Amino acid sequence: MVPTQYYLILSAILFGLGVVAFVFRRNIITIFMSIELMLNAVNLSFVAFSQSMPANHPHKLDGQLFVLFVIVVAAAEAAVGLGIIILTARNRQSLNVERVDLLKL
Amino acid sequence: MPNQPILEHLWIIPLLPLLGATINGLLGDKWPNKIVNSVALSATGLSFLSALEAAREFVTYVAPTGQIFRKEFFDWIFTGVSAGNFRVGFDLQMDQLTVVMVLVVTGVGFLIHIYSTGYMAHEGGYYRFFSYLNLFMFFMLILVLAANYVLLFVGWEGVGLASYLLIGFYFLKKSASDAGKKAFIVNRIGDFGFMLGMFLLFRTFHTLDFSQLFAAVEKSGWSKEPMWAFGTFTIASLLLFMGAAGKSAQLPLYVWLPDAMEGPTPVSALIHAATMVTAGVYVVARSHILFQHSETALVVVAVVGCATAFFAATIGLVQTDIKRVLAYSTVSQLGYMFLACGVGAFSAGIFHLMTHAFFKALLFLAAGSVIHAMGGEQDMHRMGGLRKSIKYTFATMFIATLAIAGIPPLAGFFSKDSILLNAYNIPGGRPLYIIGLLTALLTAFYMFRLVFLTFWGKPRYDEHHVHVHESPWSMLGPLVVLAVLSVIGGWFAAPALWGGKDYFTEFLAPVFATGEVAGASAAIDEAAAHSLELRLAVVAVLTALLGIAVAYWLYIRQPKKPAELAKSLQPVYKALFNKYWVDELYAATVVRPLVWVSDHVLWKIVDVEAIDGTVNGIAHGATAVGDRVRHTQSGNTRSYAAWVVVGAVVVIVILFWPSLGPMIGHLFGTTVTK
Repeated sequence: MVPTQYYLILSAILFGLGVVAFVFRRNIITIFMSIELMLNAVNLSFVAFSQSMPANHPHKLDGQLFVLFVIVVAAAEAAVGLGIIILTARNRQSLNVERVDLLKL
Repeated sequence: MPNQPILEHLWIIPLLPLLGATINGLLGDKWPNKIVNSVALSATGLSFLSALEAAREFVTYVAPTGQIFRKEFFDWIFTGVSAGNFRVGFDLQMDQLTVVMVLVVTGVGFLIHIYSTGYMAHEGGYYRFFSYLNLFMFFMLILVLAANYVLLFVGWEGVGLASYLLIGFYFLKKSASDAGKKAFIVNRIGDFGFMLGMFLLFRTFHTLDFSQLFAAVEKSGWSKEPMWAFGTFTIASLLLFMGAAGKSAQLPLYVWLPDAMEGPTPVSALIHAATMVTAGVYVVARSHILFQHSETALVVVAVVGCATAFFAATIGLVQTDIKRVLAYSTVSQLGYMFLACGVGAFSAGIFHLMTHAFFKALLFLAAGSVIHAMGGEQDMHRMGGLRKSIKYTFATMFIATLAIAGIPPLAGFFSKDSILLNAYNIPGGRPLYIIGLLTALLTAFYMFRLVFLTFWGKPRYDEHHVHVHESPWSMLGPLVVLAVLSVIGGWFAAPALWGGKDYFTEFLAPVFATGEVAGASAAIDEAAAHSLELRLAVVAVLTALLGIAVAYWLYIRQPKKPAELAKSLQPVYKALFNKYWVDELYAATVVRPLVWVSDHVLWKIVDVEAIDGTVNGIAHGATAVGDRVRHTQSGNTRSYAAWVVVGAVVVIVILFWPSLGPMIGHLFGTTVTK
């Protein structure tokens, strides 16, 4: 069995990539993807902790359940987020996040 | 206690005027004059009736028991037993002294309210005037009904406030608002002494309640402090007297009263002649037990009173404003009252207070009627010959003048005579008596000068422009009532010599029982006392007649003489006319330095630099910090994200700081060496 640390290290790397991409990329789509990357990095550690628990532990399935919730929320967020992105792109003729620094159009 | 409905509800006497003041003050603006004055008049009228009934109940049921009536309505300040058990209650009391004061205040007050309905009829701010006047009545009644010094002080300050508001009634006039401020500030000086006196009394006796305090003084058997011994009683009495001197316009704090004549004339009559200014005399009489424990305090009171009486009378000789003459006359007569208190004749002082309230209120109201008739003219040099055109005003004013000059059998004669007799009788009192007599001479002179200038001679006003007219009956009615009182008011205390009985002294005896100089009349045998009284009375009457004769000679026989006299006695005349330059002296020594300090130190340094500087500094600091920090809110999403990351890192570092080193070491398979 793969030791839990490996999962966690992988999760940390993925999360770090997500953070770096979020801060340094300018394209809104990329930023959006980096958010998904961070969410899934967290999902990975949830699943890893769940897997590492003994089989008869009463909270064994909590981690996996949480992952389902995160996926649902991420799906909702994707729906809203992509809508916003499309509108911004239409209005500004650009996907550069630096040009979206005002709440009004 | 059966049948004492008003005594049991003594609060109703002061409360009615307060109600009137509140109603008129809040709602009167939109009301026609008729409603405003019915509210004010019914408030004071009912208060007067309640006072009469309360006095009747007191005299019938309480006085025979030899006690005072006292009622505690509610606790106002109560520290609890653990903190010294100090209690100040809303306690009212009624004894013989209070009866006299309450009746004078409500009675004269009611008459002056009636008069005001006529006098103020064409003035703006009608509701405001009556609201203030009722407010004054409320505080004055609290002052005289209070059963402890603290509640008395509430009334004391309250009448000061009402006085300020009414002096500055025509507040658009600079001189009026200045006079109001002057009265208020000069009174604060006296009040400062009054408060210190209260504190000293509290520190010594742990109570400020009249009954408890005076009982404690008597029981503890304190001996009388001799001359120049400054013990508790002397200091406390002198401090209280300082307050009294401020309120009752005695040397050296009298300067506000002549200026207070800027107020409407009914105000001068009610507040600055008949009632409020006598509050100082009342306090001294109320605290007589304290004063009697100090030789020094009594002497100071007598000397200050005597000096003020003479000093103010000399200024009154040459004033030309009819109201100012009366103002100085008031200061002078108040001096008489203090002289009486100082020689231990408290009931004589209170008696003069009462008769003075009658005739001085009458003089002021009649002067108001003259001013009304002349269309606002106050300078006596522009009057003259008015006795034909305003008969009633003339007759009543003439009666009051005879009364104040001390012509028997009018009120002023008896009260003044009794004061002079008492001054004559105390050891070392001759100088006081002589100055008192001189003052009586001056009083007779300047009062008749006023009457002669106003009512006799040829008209000195422009008869085409001034249409002299008699005042309406709402004004003349009170004049007539007060004239009657000025005539008969003295008979309550006719000396035995006159076949009368001194009812007044007898009535007040329970209050002043402890140490009213009984010696004065008891020491000398009756017959000698009578012949002395007779001699002094004759001397007093002759003095008054002399004063009148001189006034007659100067102002009717030789109308050119006064001007010549003024010229030949130029320095004296100037000193008197300029009121001895006391105002200028105060301005130079007190007012200007104070204004300078306030201007250059308190305003420009303390206020502007220190206080405003601190406040503005904090504001500038906040602006500067905000100026720097606002750049972080750029609207750039990625910089926000970076801040979130930095924040997260900081939180993690803080949370895991102790185990962070080993954790990193563990991850990289090395151990941290210490």
